[in-house]
Amino acid sequence: MQGVTIGGKKVKFELVGEDDQADPRTGTTVAQRLVDAGVKGVIGHLNSGTSIPASRIYDQGGIPQISPASTNPKLTQQNFKGVFRTIANDVQQGGALGSFAVKSLGAKKVAIIDDRTAYGQGLADETDKAVKAAGGQVVAREFTTDKATDFNAILTKIRATNPDVIFFGGMDAQAGPMLRQLKQLGVSAKFLTGDGGCSPEMIKLAGDAVTSTTYCSMAGLPLDKMPGGAAFRDQYKKRFGGEVQLYAPYAYDAAMAVVKAMEKAGSVEPAKYLPELKKISFNGVTGNVAFDDKGDIKEGAVTIYNFKDGNWVPM
Amino acid sequence: METLIQQLINGLVIGSVYALIALGYTMVYGILGLINFAHGDVLMVGALVALQTMMFLMGMAPGMSPLAMLTIALLVAIVVCMLLGFTMERLAYRRLRNAPRLAPLITAIGVSFLLQTLAMIIWGRNYHTFPQLISTTPLQPIEGVFVTPVQIAIVLASAALMVGLLLLVNRTKIGRAMRATAENHRVASLMGVDTNAVIAFTFVIGAGLAAVAGVMYASNYGIAHYGMGFMPGLKAFTAAVLGGIGNLGGAMLGGVVLGLVESFGAGYIEHLTFGFLNSSYQDIFAFIILGLVLIFRPTGLLGERVSDRA
Repeated sequence: MQGVTIGGKKVKFELVGEDDQADPRTGTTVAQRLVDAGVKGVIGHLNSGTSIPASRIYDQGGIPQISPASTNPKLTQQNFKGVFRTIANDVQQGGALGSFAVKSLGAKKVAIIDDRTAYGQGLADETDKAVKAAGGQVVAREFTTDKATDFNAILTKIRATNPDVIFFGGMDAQAGPMLRQLKQLGVSAKFLTGDGGCSPEMIKLAGDAVTSTTYCSMAGLPLDKMPGGAAFRDQYKKRFGGEVQLYAPYAYDAAMAVVKAMEKAGSVEPAKYLPELKKISFNGVTGNVAFDDKGDIKEGAVTIYNFKDGNWVPM
Repeated sequence: METLIQQLINGLVIGSVYALIALGYTMVYGILGLINFAHGDVLMVGALVALQTMMFLMGMAPGMSPLAMLTIALLVAIVVCMLLGFTMERLAYRRLRNAPRLAPLITAIGVSFLLQTLAMIIWGRNYHTFPQLISTTPLQPIEGVFVTPVQIAIVLASAALMVGLLLLVNRTKIGRAMRATAENHRVASLMGVDTNAVIAFTFVIGAGLAAVAGVMYASNYGIAHYGMGFMPGLKAFTAAVLGGIGNLGGAMLGGVVLGLVESFGAGYIEHLTFGFLNSSYQDIFAFIILGLVLIFRPTGLLGERVSDRA
């Protein structure tokens, strides 16, 4: 990065990359390596499962960490001073899903299923709250596991409550067969799920049961809808070639947040620039970047997708 | 009322699959006293081989009728699984026939891991879409009650195979040899029964039934996966114990009872416990029933016949 002056001195940023292999144990190992190498800030990690254990190590090393991709609410709930994220968390996602079901789909009665994992249950609980807050009624709350394939019994029970929308908090491997079984049971309610089911896999596994009344959500905005999206794509292609990776704009904004905080503080030392990072506010590629008192992005965007012509299309 | 009948159907369908798998467990146990924990994974191999065959046929002869395609895939799966059953017995279990009981049990668990890992290497970790060649468009025999043709096929096929197996064991020469071997394989061999062949035959038949169960299971849910045999295998084992392990009629009864208990358990647990327990506890019903049966009838519902083995 060129032309940045911090505390009256021209500085040059250097990237120290490590691969956490999406593995919690490797994640903590590389985190320790980064701390030992004396980095001034960390942009990462990708998975909540590695971000959370790594965050403890950065906290002990006094190094700020900004994740561009981890959405598990726990990450910012550990009372660590220097943990942030530039993407909406699952609380914000659940809130958006619940209000979408009631306000946009006009659902009065919503049935909610989750797979009892930290992710699925967390998302379902937040959706449940948001449905009620928006004036909808949760008519059924059912449970399965992340290894199940037969949902006929709980779906039959849900069918008896005659819901307008069925929400599932879980992954595509369950959501796909679930959608098929709903069809086989003659249920015509709209189907809504979170980012775990927002994949090409889901479309494949659900076969002809996925229709125009199937919806899913993802944290963040599609590149086209980001304020700086078009310019970012051009520069990204020029510099790296190829398409923009999903979380690249969020990683870019995370890095910019660190740089801007350093400029304001006039220091690259974490202890000095951290207070500035906490109150930062600027227009990034993905929108306004500012953190709440926990470190979550304020007004984190969530996009709802609808199945159309064999693909997920943002609404 | 529709809900009640629908839950009955749900339970009957899944129970039929459990029963079919349970037959394989119980046949082997009846003859060798061995719990073949790899049996569920034979089911998985059956489903994935059938999937591979269908993919191949779709590429080679796109115009083929779905029923013919399914039949060929099923036959290939049965043959492959029978070979697998034969190989398992020959390589892993035969040498351990006179070893302490724990040795073959641990070996069976090892074979189970081996099959899963091999399947993972061959077919990958992803879930695969299994072509649903029998229609899954629901019929409505009664207003508000839905049944799909594939579910009807599952119940009918299971019933037919069970009857066929009972006839085989009770009415044929090889069946008589199987029963003799089950009673005492040393005496049976003194009477001129080739017990090695009979035991191998038992494994082959059990594996063939597992292949059918695997194809039906995958056809019903539309997915196949290297780990798909584990849960149905465990449930079918429970069903076999529930009915009285070693007893064919018991395995069928156990499978159907387990399927119904699960389905009604998940559907009505909240009403029955006044909202204290919800459907995340659906599996406890099956195991409460199993516990109660084993307390009052330690050899299972129909299990007197094998009390000397249990």
